Amino acid sequence: MSNKPFLRIDNIRKRFGPIVASDGVSLEIEEGEIHSLLGENGAGKSVLMSMICGMVRPDEGEIVYRGEVVRFNSPREAIRQRIGMVHQHFMLVPNLTVAENYILGQGSALRVINDMDKVHARIRALSDRYALDVRPDAVVEDLSVGEQQRVEILKALFHGIDLLILDEPTAVLTPQETDRLLSLMGDLVKDGKTVVFISHKLDEVMRVSNRISVMRDGRVVHTVDVGETNARELARMMVGRDVRMELPRSPEPAGRIVLSVENLTCRAETGLPAVRGVSLDVRAGEIVGIAGVSGNGQTELSLALSGLLPVDSGRVVLNGKDITGLDPARINASSFSHIPEDRHKHGIVMSLSLSENAILQRYDQAPFAARGMLNGRAIGEHTRDLIKRFRVKSRDENQAIGSLSGGNQQKLVVARELARNPDFILVNQLARGIDIGAMEFVMEEMLKQRDNGRAVLLISTELEELFAICDRILVMFHGEILGELPPDRSRLDELGLLMAGKTEQPALAG
Amino acid sequence: MEQVNQGVRETVYPQAAHTFYRKLSQIALSAVTPIAAVSVALACGAVLLWLNGFNGLDAITVMVFGSFQDMRAVGEILLKATPLILIGAGLCVAFRCSIWNIGAEGQLYAGAIAATLVGTSLDGLSVWIHAPLVMLAGALAGAAWAGIAGYLKVRFRASEIVTTIMLNYIALILTSYLVTGPMKDASAAYPQSARLVREAWTPRIVSDMRLHIGILIAVVLAVALYIFLQRSSRGFALRVVGLNPHAARYAGMDVARNVMVAICISGAMAGLAGAFEVAGVTHRLYQNISPGYGFEGIAVALLANNNPLAAILSGGLFATLRSGSEVLQITSQVPQVLVLVIQGIVILSVVAFAKLRDILRIVA
Ligand SMILES: Nc1ncnc2c1ncn2[C@@H]1O[C@H](COP(=O)(O)OP(=O)(O)OP(=O)(O)O)[C@@H](O)[C@H]1O
Ligand SMILES: [Mg+2]
Repeated sequence: MSNKPFLRIDNIRKRFGPIVASDGVSLEIEEGEIHSLLGENGAGKSVLMSMICGMVRPDEGEIVYRGEVVRFNSPREAIRQRIGMVHQHFMLVPNLTVAENYILGQGSALRVINDMDKVHARIRALSDRYALDVRPDAVVEDLSVGEQQRVEILKALFHGIDLLILDEPTAVLTPQETDRLLSLMGDLVKDGKTVVFISHKLDEVMRVSNRISVMRDGRVVHTVDVGETNARELARMMVGRDVRMELPRSPEPAGRIVLSVENLTCRAETGLPAVRGVSLDVRAGEIVGIAGVSGNGQTELSLALSGLLPVDSGRVVLNGKDITGLDPARINASSFSHIPEDRHKHGIVMSLSLSENAILQRYDQAPFAARGMLNGRAIGEHTRDLIKRFRVKSRDENQAIGSLSGGNQQKLVVARELARNPDFILVNQLARGIDIGAMEFVMEEMLKQRDNGRAVLLISTELEELFAICDRILVMFHGEILGELPPDRSRLDELGLLMAGKTEQPALAG
Repeated sequence: MEQVNQGVRETVYPQAAHTFYRKLSQIALSAVTPIAAVSVALACGAVLLWLNGFNGLDAITVMVFGSFQDMRAVGEILLKATPLILIGAGLCVAFRCSIWNIGAEGQLYAGAIAATLVGTSLDGLSVWIHAPLVMLAGALAGAAWAGIAGYLKVRFRASEIVTTIMLNYIALILTSYLVTGPMKDASAAYPQSARLVREAWTPRIVSDMRLHIGILIAVVLAVALYIFLQRSSRGFALRVVGLNPHAARYAGMDVARNVMVAICISGAMAGLAGAFEVAGVTHRLYQNISPGYGFEGIAVALLANNNPLAAILSGGLFATLRSGSEVLQITSQVPQVLVLVIQGIVILSVVAFAKLRDILRIVA
């Protein structure tokens, strides 16, 4: 390692209108290290990294890369200098193949088409080398999120990079995929590359980093060696106070059955069976968790419950009313809220304002609409209230939701769904992309809902999330519920076995 | 905690002033880009004419201002603007719903046929009933014609781009067939239909000018569509469907119904334009009743950035250029191809500037 820093960011400022995204931020990255970046939602992590990789231009300040001041006007220029980034929101063209995505915008089309075999060979070679399992001829939209992630990483490697920036890559990954990614980062560093890693999960950060920087309000406030700190301290640096990992729960007994699912089966969009005879009850005043490795039917279960996927057989009863196979409008109207797994696909409309997103389901209901016309004043008031209550960092309610940081988008979705005052709340990945401070807040909100007699079904691949707020945890495997456990961390092994599909153990005790 | 979560600090402008500034700059950007696009295109046109040995500047001046000679000439521009505004504003609605209706030309013809049927077959009605009836028939026929493409899309996922283009051909050929066959005026040498009865004609604004009340209806409808899109609940759903159909479904919106509504609105507007061409201008159905209004309407919507209100202005602009190029052809030897090329440049430039505006929006 040289003593001159590999990459130095010097006093960079960036403003979006009145919003200061970078407020004189300085940071040094050394060659060959894994440098993690922490910070609350909206602290300015993504914007800073976008400036390094040429997506966004800084207003002031300079970036010194290998001893030279650089100014990138586009990501392409950054890639030419061997800097690549995998963004929080993937930037792949869904209906193209992996190989086509890689050569997009690279030189003349004619030459590239001639070289397609070479491109495929190179992708295969890289994929083998880092065990990425990427097929060059796979069409992107057919791939799972985890696979797309690897496609994005390989894309950077394909163009040849020395510095790889990963913006919240693990937010959408299963624990297994995360393990794989973390070891990949190690491999990259062994090959002489440098990695910047953004995450809200402190355990991951502690596991892989050499150094950790914490951002707050558009500035780097601390940089520490991993050996000199611990998760608790990092949390405090981020939010400026202690974060409770354990939330107090009132021991109120659950009430009547709110949602009852009997023998539900449905198929995935591909036509393959995804949910195979799931039965479960959720009572008023309880939070039922569904644990499981992703891809075991959780997505389809939540889509089927909310009317977005046809049900093959079985029954869903909400508040005594059969809602099986109803359309989403009528299910929404039956006191049913849904915090969806894929925020960008289902949860929000990126180019619409916060206000418009806040009334996505209630656009034709009083007080937001009267005589067929939208009531701008009522909508604005409502949205401002949500923004304030959930501390959504934003300029105003007329800002496009797509320009919010990822975690703040999620906060608005949670706020919207809880504000609809539902009896039943279906949650698929509650805390996707939100920081630990906001996570604590959102979990408290969920517990409040529980204590107010709401029924909550929380599907999650994050065991921590489940342990923290669930009253009982069901395990889903291959489209079936394999067993039920109390939220007791001491039985983690049992849970792990169930998640892997092993039922021999006497799992139903307790 | 309070301190950290205060939200975003406002260091630059106080909130209100900033919002105002932002609104203003956005309006400025929206207004400046079309003007810039058209100016650049006309400058290119001037160079092109000059390269072909004409006095480019003079020719372009004629093209832009040549048709503003007197009230009558202005009336002619507005007459041409009527179908362009109607079609352009209607297409704004379809495009906002991400429905790529390329079939306004066919829908215009469908409207013209229906208007002719109603305008020639009934007799003895008062103008207060017959004229609106003709308009209604045109709008309904246009909506139905577009509805075919909508149904095929909703039911079989057939691309509306393909089906609407196909329906254009069918409507054009159907018109030819009708005016040479079943609907042909037996006494005429040319293929044309019988004349609409007087009561079916669209009333004129001034009796000695061809301009009819269609222009007023077009403007009112464009404003109404703007309000529908921006202010109404249904318009909101339609926009959400256009931007993210998955989210629309999640929110309980009926995607298929919104698609049908959007395409039928655009079809109705085009059909109404066809009815006005017959009942307001020619009073007979001909084979070539539209000089491509249905296609130019796409450019009108594009220049208006899919905003029906702006379609009033951009429709007016395209009508001006169209009239101007007619004057140009009469007064100079500039071949018609060159005039068409210039119109093409205007459209291309509009697209390019629209893209540029989006880029500027992101940067700003
Ligand atoms: N294009 C944009 N227009 C307006 N504001 C923006 C834009 N991009 C980012 N911002 C604002 O800049 C601030 C920093 O955003 P950034 O995305 O860097 O946060 P982050 O630290 O990555 O948060 P998260 O953990 O939620 O992803 C936010 O307040 C955000 O709203
Ligand atoms: Mg971010």
